[in-house]
Amino acid sequence: MSTDHLQVKRGSRASFVATIIGLIVLAVLIAAPLWAGRADMRLMGELFLYLSLACLWNLMAGYAGLVSVGQQAYVGFGGYMLFALTIFAGVHPVVAVLGAGVLAALIAVPVAALVFRLRGAYFAIGTWVVAEVFRLSFAQVSSLGGGSGTSLPVSIVKSMTSGRQAREWLSYWLALGLAVAVIAAVFLFLRSRRGLALSAIRDNELAAASLGINIWRTKFVVYVVTAALTAMVGALIFLQKLRISPDAAFSVNDWTAFVIFIVVIGGIGSLEGPIIGTLVFFALRETLSDMGTIYLIALGLVAIIIMLKAPQGLWGIVRKRWDLQLFPLGYRVQQSATPDNHQQLHDK
Amino acid sequence: MVSEALRLENLNKAFGAVTVADQLSYGLKTGEALGIIGPNGAGKTTMFDLITGTQRADSGRVLFDGRDVTRTGAAERCRAGMARSFQVPQPFAGLTVFENAMVAATQAANMRGTAAERHCLQILEQTQLLNKANVQAGGLTLLERKRLELTRALCARPKLLLLDEIAGGLTEAECVSLIDTIKNIHQSGVSIIWIEHVVHALLAVVDRLVVINFGAKIAEGNPTDTMQLPEVQEIYLGIAVDA
Repeated sequence: MSTDHLQVKRGSRASFVATIIGLIVLAVLIAAPLWAGRADMRLMGELFLYLSLACLWNLMAGYAGLVSVGQQAYVGFGGYMLFALTIFAGVHPVVAVLGAGVLAALIAVPVAALVFRLRGAYFAIGTWVVAEVFRLSFAQVSSLGGGSGTSLPVSIVKSMTSGRQAREWLSYWLALGLAVAVIAAVFLFLRSRRGLALSAIRDNELAAASLGINIWRTKFVVYVVTAALTAMVGALIFLQKLRISPDAAFSVNDWTAFVIFIVVIGGIGSLEGPIIGTLVFFALRETLSDMGTIYLIALGLVAIIIMLKAPQGLWGIVRKRWDLQLFPLGYRVQQSATPDNHQQLHDK
Repeated sequence: MVSEALRLENLNKAFGAVTVADQLSYGLKTGEALGIIGPNGAGKTTMFDLITGTQRADSGRVLFDGRDVTRTGAAERCRAGMARSFQVPQPFAGLTVFENAMVAATQAANMRGTAAERHCLQILEQTQLLNKANVQAGGLTLLERKRLELTRALCARPKLLLLDEIAGGLTEAECVSLIDTIKNIHQSGVSIIWIEHVVHALLAVVDRLVVINFGAKIAEGNPTDTMQLPEVQEIYLGIAVDA
């Protein structure tokens, strides 16, 4: 007997359909200025930025096992770098967003060397401390407004585009583009050889190391790349807001707690989870946020119920029930002799 | 001089007052199959941890292919050509059986694309896990998990294969086919160290036997003669030796 009659596939019917639907949704979203109002586009722009943060946090915590509660360090750093590069160096804001990413990667290297000495809960607290150090440091920079913050000068805002509407469209498309880029980057990484190593680390570090995977280096790369992309998201967030202050930039609530909520209810350790989580989070926020503290209590309750009833999140329920995978990360072994009968080798 | 696949020199390891490796020394010729026996808790699995770098020895040296790897990490030792199966299976529970195999082929053996996929399929067929290829490893039975350990180790294309109790709980027919599989691997030139309580399976394959108790080597030599030694008989008294 041989294995010639078998072939290895990476996609499935579901992932093919999902790709088509995804492309249609993307086209509709790109055309948003044709059908959406200003307020809707602002909201969707914000949603895309939260989606990016959630995908990145999921990559770190869900795959690399790096449960950071200090990602606001890079959101705030990115925001401040946008302001610094445009105000002091006269860089175009869009270029400054990319610059913020590069600078964040550079600063993430020594930070990683420091916080990687800590494990588990200590790592989580350590990353938070780093974020606080960032916040206190930027509060000392008086040319960026010190503790009370600063606004992006009107001249820079005007230099971006001609007119307010064009600027709002641009920042919408930038947010959409970055979200697509982040999801694509995370997807391609996880699908690659290194991504397979990362999934192995997620499941069992002992076995991963025994199969030749350098755990420290893999996590390090994930941390630095995540920091760079998170900073770019941060730069875009404050390009939308046009105003920055240390408290807003390094808010643990806004940039980490909500993001963790999104990932956990959506389904940690899957690519689909953060997308579902972001939609649920925004649905809850838009319907409940007028209710003040009750809104936060409701969020907490939702989180607790999901953690108790479905630890793998909403996507976990779907995956268990229908064995679905929208992003074709895995491998499927199939019979190749009968091409029109793509029967899978399930428990026979 | 015949080259050596592995040499242990005076390895020591203790957890507090418990000594798990006591001046452990022996060599393994390239292409040789060595069996390890000893009672439970004798330090056999810890010895594998020291060889593969999962744990560091308190003192002593490990030489792999003539190179001192005592200070080298587990990942690097694996890429240099060591692969092991864990006594307590350590599957990547969220990945399928095939993906588990692919981790070994792509990371340990540094294979890519179709070559890696074909290699994994062949090994899965050899270890009789092909019909579980698309099943998540977390859902396997204990026996299947043990088979997955062997599969991953083989997919890593090792020069030195370390097997830790893979024959326990098999039916007679399965055991015969396992012996065949390991004989084949041995004949292809892979050096093997095999820890096993199922002595008749071990004796069917290995060229030499090392007996370990309380972390120390107490006997070494030709399998049949070694099994007859009074001190070995004494250790195994009360434990059924189904040789």
